Amino acid sequence: MARFPFSAIVGQDEMKQALLIAAVDPSIGGVMVFGDRGTGKSTAARALAGLLPPIMAADGCPYGASKEDQARYPEVCGRGKMVKRAVPFVDMPLGATEDRVIGSLDLERALRSGEKAFEPGLLAKAHRGFLYIDEINLLEDHLVDLLLDVAASGENVVEREGLSVRHPAKFVLIGSGNPEEGELRPQLLDRFGLSVEVRTPKDIEVRIEIMRLVAANEADPEAFAKRWAEADETILKQVAKGKARLPKLTPGEDVLRDAAELCLAVGADGLRGELTLMRAARAMAALEGAKKVTRKHLIAIAPSALRHRLRRDVLDETGSTTRITRAIAELFG
Amino acid sequence: MTPEPADPLDEAVLAARLFVLAPATFKGMTLRGSSPAREALVAALAEALPLRRLPGHVDDERLLGGIDLASSLAAGRPVRQTGLIEEARGGALIAGMAERMDGSIAGRLAQALDDGGTALVLLDDAAEPDDAPPASLTERLAFTCDLTHSRRWQGVTLAAPAGALADVAPLDDATLRALAATAEALGVDSLRALIHTGEAARGLAALAGRSVTDISDHASAVRLVLAPRATRLPPEEAPEAPPDEPPAPPPDGSPEDQSNTDQQQQEPDLSDILVEAAKAAIPAGLLEQLAQGKAPRRAQSSGTGQKRKAATRGKPLGARPGMPRGGHKLALIDSLRAAVPWQAVRQRESGASASSGIIMRKEDLRIRRFEERSARVTIFAVDASGSAAAARLAEAKGAVELMLGQAYVTRSEVALVAFRGTSAELLLPPTRSLTRARRTLAELPGGGGTPLAMGLNAAREVAEAVIARGRSAALVILTDGRANIAADGSPGRPQATADAETAAKAIAARGIDALVVDISARPGPEGAALAAALGGRFLALPRADARMLQAAIQAVQPLGKAA
Repeated sequence: MARFPFSAIVGQDEMKQALLIAAVDPSIGGVMVFGDRGTGKSTAARALAGLLPPIMAADGCPYGASKEDQARYPEVCGRGKMVKRAVPFVDMPLGATEDRVIGSLDLERALRSGEKAFEPGLLAKAHRGFLYIDEINLLEDHLVDLLLDVAASGENVVEREGLSVRHPAKFVLIGSGNPEEGELRPQLLDRFGLSVEVRTPKDIEVRIEIMRLVAANEADPEAFAKRWAEADETILKQVAKGKARLPKLTPGEDVLRDAAELCLAVGADGLRGELTLMRAARAMAALEGAKKVTRKHLIAIAPSALRHRLRRDVLDETGSTTRITRAIAELFG
Repeated sequence: MTPEPADPLDEAVLAARLFVLAPATFKGMTLRGSSPAREALVAALAEALPLRRLPGHVDDERLLGGIDLASSLAAGRPVRQTGLIEEARGGALIAGMAERMDGSIAGRLAQALDDGGTALVLLDDAAEPDDAPPASLTERLAFTCDLTHSRRWQGVTLAAPAGALADVAPLDDATLRALAATAEALGVDSLRALIHTGEAARGLAALAGRSVTDISDHASAVRLVLAPRATRLPPEEAPEAPPDEPPAPPPDGSPEDQSNTDQQQQEPDLSDILVEAAKAAIPAGLLEQLAQGKAPRRAQSSGTGQKRKAATRGKPLGARPGMPRGGHKLALIDSLRAAVPWQAVRQRESGASASSGIIMRKEDLRIRRFEERSARVTIFAVDASGSAAAARLAEAKGAVELMLGQAYVTRSEVALVAFRGTSAELLLPPTRSLTRARRTLAELPGGGGTPLAMGLNAAREVAEAVIARGRSAALVILTDGRANIAADGSPGRPQATADAETAAKAIAARGIDALVVDISARPGPEGAALAAALGGRFLALPRADARMLQAAIQAVQPLGKAA
């Protein structure tokens, strides 16, 4: 089945916004999507892949290395000349083994020529792109640790099976999961830049619209893709422009103060909340094509950036989102 | 006895015909209950569609393709094999005992289903109601048929369709609206289910050779797809008065999500008919549960929420590097697999000839790993009767939540049994999910008599199920010990006390650790007597808050012997 066009996804605005922001500024650190089954989590994440502006990458390099990568990792990234290629999108299955994820000995070459060569894994494939893990809350602990480590350092270091390899692995982690089936460890949760909650649309009209679109896509995927190509193209341009604009934007003193106050008011743990909030507001402004980062951007992104960082008070029934909106209302009126 | 529409086999045959009509659209079916009817149906399916068996122990290489180790060794060069998913394209994979399927295989399959081209038949032999095939798969497959009670098995044939799915016109708006409203009335949230319903309606028209769907198609589609996924009973009245949101709003409910209006515009006639059709088709057991208001607590779609259980069976996982000691077993094949690729390199390094056998090194050794089990399940039996006053109940709730908060660290799980009035029920099967637990607790009502014996029996049943799965169980009973409802539900203090003592002794006989926490304002002798009968500890907490209570529970754990 062809990928469902991103622009044809009805509703789920918060998730779409978060994904686009992560696309504009990958340094935000990934998106965690919470939600029930059948709410379009996977569809949106996979649709995003087809939407992003292509990147320039070394020809034939398994890591899709950029110019900078070639300079930093001359031994693994080679000297191939730059060609256009699509942003990688890696769909990591729940049962992936450590070997598959970090890479392992290249069996084929070892068997054929007795050569000790490294076969890059999923982390290498995801470099400069997206790594999507459905049901991340069911992933084995040791894999989660490994992913976090690589995501934080931007580099995959393999020291096993007599191999010693270092290669770039910068990617945006997109996780999805249903909290009813097991919680995510707080340490892992905190590493995600943004988190969104997805619910099944309750509005009958919206549900009907979704049925209609899916039926149309099933009936004739090509015509359907064509119908939405233009809208997808618009978003693609918006992302590309946002990416270009991002370095020019610096959040002013007032926005920084707002971010700090908000984090303090909701009791978000650690500095990471403030940093992410600031970065996300900046990416939001870039995505909108705004001239400067304002409080409006900050407020728009605050729930996604902070929701998963609030200290859990098990006796407090109030949801995190409510606590954040309440704090925003109190602080900024 | 609930009226049965027809033999379940007829429905299953219809679903199977739809599936065969468009395997890629409907993705597959779950067939519950081992019976001759199911075997007959699978045989009929196999004639219409190539079926590949998927054994439960299938590994990644076989599933996805990769290097064939045995042939590679024989040939001295890498030999690739195609995976089962690839081989089954155009047909379907069929998995027996799907309720025991490993999460990692389910993950692969779910991904393959999403990518398209793969179809799946799950045979679900679950004996217990909370056992179910992985929800990530059942959710994606259009049909679930229960053939446990089918009394027929002869003459199962899948009649050829009279038309094709592509020739059937898309559904009109009124139909879409009616289907969406029906899904809403049945509490089916998943959009996948809704989409499958629409396609099933078109498929039914195609089977009959019509190019437009009619009302019977819609009704059958609802019966086939939505009814087995129902999480609540449709309202008795006409749907002009849409039901209120179920009493359990999601914990982080943001206001904009709660808009479920717009229903008033629908024509009551069509969706009324559809809801009726669905109601007739809801399996009897499910109907019963729904009528008691039990199922909505559970899930968004059929059989969800039980994944953790399926994952704690101690199934073997892949091998990891390591030394076979300290209880770890050597994984011979994996060790060989690790060593083989290196032979050429090592032979060159050591100067040995090719005939000198396999050169193994320490780093080749692989050990077998088994799925980690939660060490302990703490079962809370909470007295929610009128005598255990409402304030104490709130404390008990708080303590359970605090315990859960620690479940991250200790990898333990918590279950909750509540007893009040004339019944005891398992509110929360063993879980680590804070979200679920919190919601369940918030819903826990108080008041009524104290059926202590029932509560103890229910708790014991949970504990036995836990132990049967190779884990240890501990009971924490929060009560004032003043039983006044007997095990058979009749009031009367003497009989109730005697029954409670019997139930307590049954627990003691099973060797289950127990702790009685007396939560009455003025602890009497009853609590201590109960603890004595249980062979457990006793703790009086006349003025404890949740945190103190939790500290106390922590202090007495582990409760003596390690079960």
